[in-house]
This record gives sequence, structure tokens and C-alpha cells, in this order.
Amino acid sequence: MIATLKNTWEWLLDQSWLLPLLLVIGFVLAFAIPEYNLLNKYVQLVLMYVGINIILAVSLNLVNGYMGEFSLAHAGFMAVGAYTAALLTMRVLPVAAYPGLFPLAVLAGGLAAAVLGLIVAIPSFKVRGDYLAIITLAFLMIVKSVIENIDVIGGPRGIPGIKRLTTMPWVFFWVVVCVWMVRNFVYSKYGRGVLSIREDEIASDLMSVNTRRVKFLAFMTSSFFAGIAGGLFAHLLQFISPRVFDIIKTTDILIMVYLGGIASIGGSILGATLYTVLLEILRPSTVAGMLSWLPAIVFDPLNEYFIRHLGVWRMVIMPLLLVLVMLYWPRGIMGLREYRGFIPRRDREAQHRLKKSEKQEMP
Amino acid sequence: MNDGIVYWLQQILNALQLGSIYALIALGYTMVYGILTMINFAHGDVFMIGAFFCFLAATALGLPFVPTLLLTMLGTALLGVVIERLAYKPLRQAPRVSAVITALGIGLFLENFTLALAPYPKHIPPLLESVTWNLGGVSVSSLQVIIIFLSLGLMLVLDYVVHRTPVGMAMRAISWDKTFVPLMGIPADLIISVTFAIGAGLAGAAGTMYGLAYPVIDPYMGIMVGWKAFISAVVGGIGNIRGAMIGAFILGGVEIMVTAFFPSTYRDFVAFSLLLVLIVIRPYGILGQPRTQKV
Repeated sequence: MIATLKNTWEWLLDQSWLLPLLLVIGFVLAFAIPEYNLLNKYVQLVLMYVGINIILAVSLNLVNGYMGEFSLAHAGFMAVGAYTAALLTMRVLPVAAYPGLFPLAVLAGGLAAAVLGLIVAIPSFKVRGDYLAIITLAFLMIVKSVIENIDVIGGPRGIPGIKRLTTMPWVFFWVVVCVWMVRNFVYSKYGRGVLSIREDEIASDLMSVNTRRVKFLAFMTSSFFAGIAGGLFAHLLQFISPRVFDIIKTTDILIMVYLGGIASIGGSILGATLYTVLLEILRPSTVAGMLSWLPAIVFDPLNEYFIRHLGVWRMVIMPLLLVLVMLYWPRGIMGLREYRGFIPRRDREAQHRLKKSEKQEMP
Repeated sequence: MNDGIVYWLQQILNALQLGSIYALIALGYTMVYGILTMINFAHGDVFMIGAFFCFLAATALGLPFVPTLLLTMLGTALLGVVIERLAYKPLRQAPRVSAVITALGIGLFLENFTLALAPYPKHIPPLLESVTWNLGGVSVSSLQVIIIFLSLGLMLVLDYVVHRTPVGMAMRAISWDKTFVPLMGIPADLIISVTFAIGAGLAGAAGTMYGLAYPVIDPYMGIMVGWKAFISAVVGGIGNIRGAMIGAFILGGVEIMVTAFFPSTYRDFVAFSLLLVLIVIRPYGILGQPRTQKV
């Protein structure tokens, strides 16, 4: 029975129509769920955060996972995208009259972040490893500090009252675009360059990989999608301030990437989903709701001593989880492995041939 | 005395006070980096825990200054060793990034754990009677004098330990070569633990002094101060103990000067820009040696 199920599952994963089918179902659901309220508002909100976090994790994985650098600046790029998009929709573009302008604002946020990504890419030509991590960190702090010091955009108080323009179809659309672009980038010629930089930068330079161009492209793509995620995030949360985008936000994204596994798009999707959902499940109200079927004599003390305090303690549990993952599962859930549907056919066939020849060589 | 000179002397005094606190924390960063080539991102939070230990010792136990300081240093030293044994030691053979992420996780854990136990900012009682002297217009508080001289004393002791004792020699040997030095009979694990203990103990001392100088403490205070100390270590040349001290006083001076002439919100901006410029033009710091990479 289990063998048949497994065979069916394997067969299903190999089908080329699976991904387009999932895409169509996803788009239909993305339109249908908010339209007909198939899920309650809270679950819808969580789903949208899951989508935004997937964009963040997949794009950060490009630099931290595939290229093997350690960037801490992702929240900074996100901040740039969020502020650009929010200021555009609030002060420049007449979104109230033409809601169709919202994607333009998000796109502009992504482009602004991409330009800054280029600037961060320049020091990465000379500096690697710890020092690059420090540079990206300094960049994050400088972005935060600059925003705090510009009074026109709210300074440390931030921007309240952003219109809620992020909808589920838009989130789904950008998730698809992000996954599609990062996947195509990774399996392109430049993607090979990215991987070769991770393995050995000097050797790949000698093998005539244009490491500068590869780094430019990788940083730019990564920060572009961080900016997109920031724009979506701002129009979902409806309030942004420099404090929202500090080092803790970056750590969140890092947890998603390394929990899911480096150099794996499927892993990042899984990591972002797990992390976001886990954080939501650990909310006191959710846990209380899930356990409310218990008799009062069990539930009440549990609530009194445990559930009520989860609001704070879940923030203690999550970093501990990260440490445990790193200690006992250093590659994450899908580290260096990939969901089959994302691997191009030629690569899969090559892998297949390799496995076959290995089998034949065995006596 | 001339008003201008008085003003400058006052600022230099403030810079010395801030710089000596940064220096004590920076030493922990630089020692761990020197021996393990690992950035211990949790170090700033060990400093924060130090301030909270100081609060506990001063309020719950009601101890005076010297026992509080010693108890805090002992507590944070133990904490440093425990963190090293549980979180970093198993990862010594793993990719370097794993240890850095673990350190970030430990730092976040310490912050949120403290927040869960102490949700509101705490106020450290004045452990020392503060006397303010007026030296020709410059007001000098006894607290400032104690902070500056105690830090300098601790730094001199550390410098002596590292450069003149067998333990210090073992530390320098391990930071020089991790493969063959243990073969010479040097207990590498023990020496690494001692390094963490000393670094964390100094951070505990810094936490105590910071708590006396700026008595309101909260669980997130370690982030910024920790990063500043880290910048100091990089400015001086990370891995170099004397460099860390010099870097800390430079950064303290720069920060005090920025707040003296610009709005105080520019302080972080200038500090991190300084870091950025320095890394691009002199990545090995003021006293560090450039490392060549062999292919």
C-alpha cells in the first residue's frame, strides 16, 4: 500500500504538467479565497505573510546559499523597497483613483533596492567572508540611520496610515515571479558562475568566469526581490518605521534560509512557510483555540501556566530552534537538494545517467 | 581657564569613559576572533547579561560595589564558557557560517530570554557615592575616574596575561596554528574555554560599569553597544588586543565629537560609515597585519 502510494508520488513528481497545474490552481485560489472568503481573514493574512517571506528567503538564498557569501543586509534592501513604494503610493501616485498603479510602486521599490544592491556588490569584489558580512551589516545600520535622520519621511516615527493595497493575487504573482527568476538565474550560465564562486572564487576567475558581473547580477537580483517584498510588506502591515527593518528582521530571514537549507529554492519555500506558520501557531490565542476541546480541569492550569505566556516565550523558542538546527542538522531540511520540478530536464537527465553509470560500475 | 579648552577637556573625559567601556567589550570580540577566527555575535548580549547580573547582585543580594563587580565577572565568564561548550564547540569542524549563525541565534535567545523574565527596563541603584570635583571648570565625577582607571587596569592585566604568562603563550600559539600546536601537548579546548571566560568576564565588568554610568538597563541594550565594540575591534585590527584598545578609544572619541557638533542621531551613521570606509581602504585595521591568501 505504502509502496504504491510512494510510486504514485514519485510518478506525480516526474510529470511535466504538475508545475503548470499547480500554478493555475494557485492563481485561481489566490483570486477565489479573498473573493468568496474561503478562509477566515486571519488565515488569509498569514498566507500573505508566508508569501512575502518566501520571496525574502528565496532571494536571500541566492547570495547566502548559492554564492556562499554571508549577507546581513536583506532587511536594509527590504526597508528601501518598503519606503520607496509607500512614499510613492502615499504622496506621488494617485492610487486611490487608479489602483492599477500599485504594482508600479512595488516595482519601483524593487528597482531602488536593486540599485543599492549594486553598491553593496562593489566591495564584494575585494572583500569576502567575515569582512563582507561586516560591510553588509554596516550597510543595514546606515540605511536605518539615514531613514531615522530624514524627517520628511517620518524619521524614527516611521510612516503610519499606508493604504492596504497588497492582495493575495499580487503576493502570489510576485512569489511566482521571484521563484521563476531565481530558478532560471541559478540554472543559467551565470548561475553556474555563482556556484563556482561559492566553491572557489580564484579558480572560477581562472576558468574565465566573469566574477564581477556574476556578483553584480546576483546581488542585484537578490536585493531587487527584497525590495519587492518590502513594498508588499509595507502595504500589508500599513505601518513602517526604521525599527521594523533592524537586525532582528534579517535574523528572521536567515533562520528561514538556513532552516530550509542552503542552495535550494524548494528548501527556502519550505523554510519560510514552516517558520511563519510555526510563529503564528505558537501565539497564545491560536494554541488556546486548538486546545479548547480539553476539559476545563486540564485546560485552565495549562492556560494559566503555559499558554498565556507563549507570546513572549515563542520569541525565546525560535532562536533556540535555530541553534538546534545548526547543531544537529547543519544543512537544514533540504540543504543542497532541490525539488525535482525546479531542476531543468537536461540536468535531471545528466544526474540520472551519472547514477546509472555508477550502478553499472558496481560488481 | 579658557572656555574652549574646558569644553574640549570635558569632551575628552567623556570620550575616555565611553572608549574604556567599548574597549573592555572589544577585547572579547578580538580574543575570540584571534583564536577561532570566528565573530562571536552573541558577545554584545553577554555584556547585557552582565548588566543584569549587576542589577541582581546589587538589588536581590544587596552587595556593595566590589563584590558585585567580581560576582558579575564570574557569572558572565561562566556563561561565556557554557555558550562556547554547548553552541560553538560542536561546530568547530563545520563550515564557518554555521558558527556565525549559531552565535546570532544565541544572541537573540539571550535577549528574548531576558525580555521574558524582565519585561520592563530596570534601574541599577547607585553602588558608589558619586563625588564631582571641579578642576578648573572641568567637572570630573569619581565614577568617571573609577570607570577609566578600572578599565585601564583590567586591560593592563590582560595584556600581561596574554604576553607574559604560559596561558597567554598557549593562546597566541593556538591562534597561530590550530593543527600542530595541540600536538605539542597544549590542551586546545581548555585554552579556548579560558579565552571565552576572559572575554566574557571583561564584558561582565563592562556591563557593571555601563550600568553605573547609565543606570537604566534593558534587554536590547547589548545590540548597539556590542556592535560599536565590534567596530572598535575591526578598526584596531581584529585579532589584535592592543589594536582593540586603540580602536575603542578612537571610536569613543569620534562618537563624542559627533554628538558634540551634530544631532545625536547622526552618531550611529558616522560610526558605521567609519567602519565601512576603513574596511575598504585598510581591511586589516590599524595594528593588524594583512593576510595573504595562498591559492
